[in-house]
Amino acid sequence: MSDTAIKPRIEKVPFREQVLQKLPVLLVPVLALLGLVAIGNPASWLTLTVAGLAMGMMIFIMASGLTVVFGLMDVINFGHGAFVAVGAFVGFTVLAWLAGWTASPSVMLNLAAVLIAILAAMVVTGLLGYAFERVIVMPVYGEHLKQILVTMGGLIVAQQMIYVVWGPDELHISRPEALQGSVVFGEAAIEKYRLVAVAIGLALFLAMRHVLKNTKVGLLVRAGVENGEMVEALGYRIRRLFLIVFMTGSALAGLGGVMWGLYQETITAHMGSEIMVLVFIVVIIGGLGSVEGCFIGALLVGLLANYTAFLAPKVALISTIALMVVILMWRPQGLYPVVKAK
Amino acid sequence: MLTRLLSGDTPRSGLLTLLLVAVLISLAFAPFLFPGTKSLETAARICIFIVLVASYDLLLGYSGIVSFAHTMFFGIGAYGTALALSTSGPSYGSLVWGTLAGALVAAVFALAIGLFSLRVKAIFFAMVTLAVASAFAVFVSQMSWLTGGEDGLNYKIPRELTPAFKLVQEKVFGVRINGKLLAYYLVFFASLMLFLVMLRIVNSPFGRTLKAVRDNAFRAEAIGYKVVWYRTTATVLSAVMAAFAGSLLAIWLRYTGPATTLSMEIMIDILLMVVIGGMGTLYGAVLGATLFILAQTYLQNLMGVAAEATSAVPLVSTLVAPERWLLWLGVLFVLSVYFFPSGIVGRLRAGRA
Repeated sequence: MSDTAIKPRIEKVPFREQVLQKLPVLLVPVLALLGLVAIGNPASWLTLTVAGLAMGMMIFIMASGLTVVFGLMDVINFGHGAFVAVGAFVGFTVLAWLAGWTASPSVMLNLAAVLIAILAAMVVTGLLGYAFERVIVMPVYGEHLKQILVTMGGLIVAQQMIYVVWGPDELHISRPEALQGSVVFGEAAIEKYRLVAVAIGLALFLAMRHVLKNTKVGLLVRAGVENGEMVEALGYRIRRLFLIVFMTGSALAGLGGVMWGLYQETITAHMGSEIMVLVFIVVIIGGLGSVEGCFIGALLVGLLANYTAFLAPKVALISTIALMVVILMWRPQGLYPVVKAK
Repeated sequence: MLTRLLSGDTPRSGLLTLLLVAVLISLAFAPFLFPGTKSLETAARICIFIVLVASYDLLLGYSGIVSFAHTMFFGIGAYGTALALSTSGPSYGSLVWGTLAGALVAAVFALAIGLFSLRVKAIFFAMVTLAVASAFAVFVSQMSWLTGGEDGLNYKIPRELTPAFKLVQEKVFGVRINGKLLAYYLVFFASLMLFLVMLRIVNSPFGRTLKAVRDNAFRAEAIGYKVVWYRTTATVLSAVMAAFAGSLLAIWLRYTGPATTLSMEIMIDILLMVVIGGMGTLYGAVLGATLFILAQTYLQNLMGVAAEATSAVPLVSTLVAPERWLLWLGVLFVLSVYFFPSGIVGRLRAGRA
């Protein structure tokens, strides 16, 4: 009797295709191995790899918001860099207020100061994201040309406002005591802050994956990326969802700004637009709208930038462009295309 | 005859005609009307930027493509001329081949970028050009053995174009007729010619097709036009024009460096000029460039006065400080994208109808 029952037939994906799908994930270890071969010395390779991973994580934090916003609402925000810069400036201001905490030898106080700075920066950039979405982006939904122009205009205004509020000079701040110095593994010295950056980035990536895969909001976001009209038809206010995503993305950019600022220890009003170049490359490599792709792209860019900065400093930025070209030759839509080309 | 020269694209608005004629006459007689070095510098800058902005409008306004690599092409042209003049001496021959080589390199770059990224989306192209242009700017400033790095290149131009050369010993209408004046007229007539050529291009069947592609690429493709080919050709043409503008700047300044040709600030300036002047019409480039550069040069003085007047009020005085002029232009830019996307020219033309 059981012979006649109709069994659901799940088509098995052929092994070849499974491998092909997983292939982009392998790029990171492959690049790391190539780096080891090219550099030769394992100690400096380890230092560079950790530096590259840290840089990649920070770029990922800044880029993730941008790519989800694009995937969900087909809006590309050229003013995203403004959030990075504002976040960094707010964070630095808070750290300057808490100078007593950051200078004290107590690790707890140090971390508390950094945490407060990060929270302040994220709140401010989140609110700024709200204003940006309402005032600048909302009137131009669906018109790419105007979006690019208007968000670029928003970037100009925001950068100038930074000058008005914080003055034209760059700000310096040194990292809290606990985050200075480095840990020594064998012969390789690894800065503590880089390890922290890697940890934060990894935690954030896992949290994002969890939210996107296992919660209702995540489900709605993914559904919205797939087919926004259908989500609306089912009674969800996609505009509000989008606003939440936009604010989260802006807050993440602010977080990235503080982290990048602490990494460089110097910030300028132009830092946002400078980093945006790397962020755009990462978003393109990963495939517009894809968080996983963005993560892999960020790690690739971070590693490659650090390896080439060591091997041939003059071509560091060119090498990331070359990486982008190669990846696009292989996969014209990026590693994990999510949004169909419209 | 005049209509033919303008390729049939007349200003179509009384006030606009008046403004354009005023700009033309002021630029044509700038050395006599506004004596002084600073005003001559401003006039030459306006001429060069009219060409540069018009070539960008070819892309943004007529083809609906946003590129952030326009300064790269501008820079390639400038560096082409600069390198030719500094390596093979100040002769007209090297000036010409440098200019042509610059234009050729710009065309090849534009073709590569266009074929590579125009197939996908407008946004994609914008992002790719932004990345490539910044990488190029960094690359140029690091190739210091060739380009002089951040310091740029200083070089000699043919003697007839320098202030040392006197054509007429006496002053004419109180103005010295020297090489600088000849250089200015070289810039002026070259700009005028390039502008008319571009006017010819956008009013040709090719230009019409570009507009069709801009307005509805899908339909244009369905009718049988190769959309990618048209977009790529527009990119290449605009790159070549930008390279010529760069060569003019190189001749005029006798100096080429990253800050004057490749910086992101200039790219943003161009964007502001096109949008404020009016996208999709080359006359917009004329008005946009003229107003913007006048504002850049003279508005700051005015804002300085305003800042002093309001120095008692803390926040307001920093807002109107002369260094913050870009803030106000940025606000104006955002507002003009919303409320009059066709810019000043569109406004004037609509007012007449």
